Amino acid sequence: MNPNLTRLRRSMMFLNAQKPSLIKDPYIYKPDSIMLDLEDAVAENQKDAARYSLYHALKEIDYRGVERVVRINGLETAHWKEDVRVCVAGRCDSIRISKTESAADVIAVEEEMKKAEEEFGVEHGSILLMAALESCKGIMNAYEICMASPLLFGVALSGGDYTKDLQTSITGTGVEFAWARGMMINAARAAGKQCFDTVFTNLDDMDGFIKETQMIKNMGFDGKSIVNPRQIEPTHKIFTPSEKEIIKAEKIVKEVDEKKAMGIGVFTVDGKMIDIAFYPGAKRTIELAKAAGVYEGDL
Amino acid sequence: MEVKGTAMAGTLESSDAQVTVEPGTSGIELSIESSVINQYGRKIRATVLETLERLDVKNAKVTVVDKGALDCTLKARVEGAVFRASGYTEDDICAGKKLPWGGAIQ
Repeated sequence: MNPNLTRLRRSMMFLNAQKPSLIKDPYIYKPDSIMLDLEDAVAENQKDAARYSLYHALKEIDYRGVERVVRINGLETAHWKEDVRVCVAGRCDSIRISKTESAADVIAVEEEMKKAEEEFGVEHGSILLMAALESCKGIMNAYEICMASPLLFGVALSGGDYTKDLQTSITGTGVEFAWARGMMINAARAAGKQCFDTVFTNLDDMDGFIKETQMIKNMGFDGKSIVNPRQIEPTHKIFTPSEKEIIKAEKIVKEVDEKKAMGIGVFTVDGKMIDIAFYPGAKRTIELAKAAGVYEGDL
Repeated sequence: MEVKGTAMAGTLESSDAQVTVEPGTSGIELSIESSVINQYGRKIRATVLETLERLDVKNAKVTVVDKGALDCTLKARVEGAVFRASGYTEDDICAGKKLPWGGAIQ
């Protein structure tokens, strides 16, 4: 299994693949993933130039462990097949499928990826997929999309296009995304996949950004799409377990392990009743803390 | 590759380079403009000439306006201009003409 399937993805920062100033050193901001964009950020008459730029960036720039995801053009365009070829030839880490509406879309990209892998001698399974859900139909089909491929690590909400399809606009309250977010996180968790929220584009409203990010973290999301380096630190703070949470999780894991061996199913930790149902959540907190590099315990 | 027409790739933004290629008849005529020409002129020239050689361009007039581009950007802009000038437009690529990733492009 590719270990990247479950890697930490608190922040996924969009960068125009055609802009050298953006793609030369984004690792200095320490996002978990960068999203090198061949789609909306690239003008129609620069699609070819963006691929040359992407190819050399992938081959020659050391992104220092930051995941290199490439957003390819949608399957409704004529660009996407060559996009897949350059992604595989450049050996990116993951491909983000734009405007995904069904399992068939994921399967079509995986088939094209297999052809390119054969052509460029790349092992199948070394490059992963993720799907952006940008329409009402895509959200409705979230579960089948999540289940379409074992190489698909997760789904992301793309709010701009989704609100257009919904015939509304981004209000800042989140009401327009309420159902889509709930549907997506439920589908992703049912399929054992990760789930990522849409971008927050008002860079002057950091309080609004933090509030929204805290909300989607509470909903169960794994991370957020980012459009500016300023959004990375608050996002990581929200998605990284606090010291208090880590200590509590550690106590639960240790107590459950110990009490299970003694045949005790229910007990108390710091005055609160705990049983086996708390165990997976506590384990997840420890794993997240480890992945974020803040765990110093012995579990 | 044969440069059949004039084509340009890149911009004049910081960290980028704008490369123009035109048909030529007497080898490679290369002109470079850069604010760091004294420090990096030789390196820029070498990168551009190596890229043209890989693309098998024998005759062309090439103009580079460098704005502090990394090597990888210079290569990408030279390739962009040459492929555009040699019949590999995005329309051709979308119609199924495949680019030589890892071959002439590397």
